Amino acid sequence: MIQLAWLIPVLPLAAAFFIALFGHRTTGKGDRVGIGAMSIAFLLSVGVLLDTMGGARWAQHLTWAIHGDLVLNLGFQVDPLAAVMLVVVTVVSLMVHIFSVGYMHGDVRYKRYYAVLSLFTASMLGLVISDNLLFLFVFWELMGLCSYLLIGHYFEERANVHAANKAFLTTRVGDVGMFVGIMLLFAAGGTFRFDELAARIADGSFALPVLAVAAILLFIGPVGKSAQFPLHVWLPDAMAGPTPASALIHAATMVAAGVYLVARGYALFAPVPQALEVVAWVGAFTALFAATIALVMEDIKKVLAYSTISQLGFMVAALGVGAYTAAVFHLMTHAFFKALLFLASGSVIHAVHTQNMHQMGGLFKKLPVTGWVWLIGAGALIGIPPLSGFWSKEEILLDAWHHHPAIFWTLVAAAALTAFYTTRATYLTFFGTPRDKHAYDHAHEGGRVMTYPLMILGVLAAVSGFVASPLAGFVYFGEPHHASFDPFVFGVATAVWVLGVGLALAIYKYNLVSRRAIIQVFYPIWVVLKRRYYIDDVYQYVFVRGMIGLALVSAWFDRHVIDLIVNAVGWIGRKVSEYVDEFDRGVVDGIVNGIGGAFVVGSRVLRQVQTGFVQSYMLVLFLGLLAGLAILVIGG
Amino acid sequence: MTTIPLTYPLTLGAILFGLVLYGALTQRNAIRILMCVELMLNAVNINLVAFAATLREAAAAGQIFALFVMTVAAAEVALALAIILILARRESHIDIERVHLLRW
Repeated sequence: MIQLAWLIPVLPLAAAFFIALFGHRTTGKGDRVGIGAMSIAFLLSVGVLLDTMGGARWAQHLTWAIHGDLVLNLGFQVDPLAAVMLVVVTVVSLMVHIFSVGYMHGDVRYKRYYAVLSLFTASMLGLVISDNLLFLFVFWELMGLCSYLLIGHYFEERANVHAANKAFLTTRVGDVGMFVGIMLLFAAGGTFRFDELAARIADGSFALPVLAVAAILLFIGPVGKSAQFPLHVWLPDAMAGPTPASALIHAATMVAAGVYLVARGYALFAPVPQALEVVAWVGAFTALFAATIALVMEDIKKVLAYSTISQLGFMVAALGVGAYTAAVFHLMTHAFFKALLFLASGSVIHAVHTQNMHQMGGLFKKLPVTGWVWLIGAGALIGIPPLSGFWSKEEILLDAWHHHPAIFWTLVAAAALTAFYTTRATYLTFFGTPRDKHAYDHAHEGGRVMTYPLMILGVLAAVSGFVASPLAGFVYFGEPHHASFDPFVFGVATAVWVLGVGLALAIYKYNLVSRRAIIQVFYPIWVVLKRRYYIDDVYQYVFVRGMIGLALVSAWFDRHVIDLIVNAVGWIGRKVSEYVDEFDRGVVDGIVNGIGGAFVVGSRVLRQVQTGFVQSYMLVLFLGLLAGLAILVIGG
Repeated sequence: MTTIPLTYPLTLGAILFGLVLYGALTQRNAIRILMCVELMLNAVNINLVAFAATLREAAAAGQIFALFVMTVAAAEVALALAIILILARRESHIDIERVHLLRW
């Protein structure tokens, strides 16, 4: 089965092209093609994972380009990390594909949506099995394109177009740094392949400063793609896309790619403690920072968006403190429970046609399936045992505690906030009194096509945590290691989530403290959080307005200086040609006309000779004769 | 035998030629001009005959030439009179100064 691994990205890719070209002729406008391709890819992935667990490895290279001594290979490899990712990505993508049949029903761009969804998944799968940085980058960029297309799916509204642009341009900032990093590694190591780069590093042919710079540059890519501070701004806005697409972008594909890249290229980071330190702090800071913003968001998808940023921060921080396995583990469990939460929120939005949590409430009775799976997902996100998120978060905290206490405490704070905002979102959406009677009355569960994927993901979100110890012996960097249970860490983690959940319930359920009172007390902080720390505004003013200002200055310069020069050149040319014209008319034409005129005048004079008087002719004749004779006689 | 000096007939011819040249150039009547032209030919003939009489060895040539000139003159008169006749019919006069057919 493992030899067929190359088919896993190729199938969705083929499906994407097929849907784009012929989707409208098939039943279901191509959704069946997409789901079919994803199903086969999923089965293949499971087969590949089983083979990999049996010890099989696979790598294949095709020569892609030769330039002098340099040979670029299109290479794929399957190792435990890739195998696990393949299964995670195909599962989540398959669920999203199926869920979308219900959610996107009747959409005007249904076919396009499915084509892009398949292409998106194909890009992620291709990225997962790439064995070199160059092809990884190609798929990386393809995902950037697909995310742009999906976020801008409802492009009739200007805000969505801006969101798509923002996502594309912000991640592009990261990609530039990443590409410079890739080229630096290539210049220093002469190869794009991960295994060869790792070998070069192992035998010491890299200067450590070069490696440090390259690793940090390379890390800028994941900062953009995985929405880490300060390039996180695109992700909340990316909620403009259809909700199932958000689930795909924020759980399985796009944002996971950044974490995956760091994991895949871990050999580049491992020898440089400074780079790891940067990675750890960026991750930890993002985890805490995004969690604080999630506290005050009113849009259910925005809460999930900031929680995604926060959870990605956990993974990145885990990689930074050396918890490689824990990061991949959390990536996996997060993919399941966050896809679940997004799809569940999609189900809610589908039912009540609003995204504002203050207009929901009490929906648990109306949407029992969605409610239950949401509870599972929320529990996993908070880290309530024995749900999946508990295990992976516990692993991260354990490693952080052992290697980097400062990071540990930051992450603990973020975990407390996570518990609070998740409980808040859960309570506002599903419990309490319905705040919008009309929406509440009309709310109903989507069809089976929507509830079944939710249930499957619910099961995965609940039980996927139990693979912790097999995974630790399977996906690892260097030596397999599995941090042993630590009562202190467990105690702290439990304490903070209990605290967070309790506080949220106290405020929102039991009204022990009024929401308004809290807002009044913490008003300045509340405003700052509400405005997302003004980062979006600062970017808007500095970069967007700055760019527009620069463009205006350039336009002014263009219009007044460049145009002036051009016009001056034109004016000079015109004047010169005017002089040339006068010369031409006066002198050249004068000569030509003068010659003509001379003939006219000359002939006018000469024709006077022709008097018509025969006698005068005769006189001339004789005079001529006389003259001739005179010459003859005198000249002798 | 007494010979007339060559200068006499030559002078006569020259005077005659001069007179009729003047006439040909000044007269307005076409017939008169024609007559003058004929007389110019005769003046030339006097010369030819005079030289023929003086230069014995070329006598035949001179006399024959004179005869030729008279023949040509006769033909010319016929032609010229015909032209003058047409002119007279067309313009109802033969005043050469009032005829500008050759003019530009």
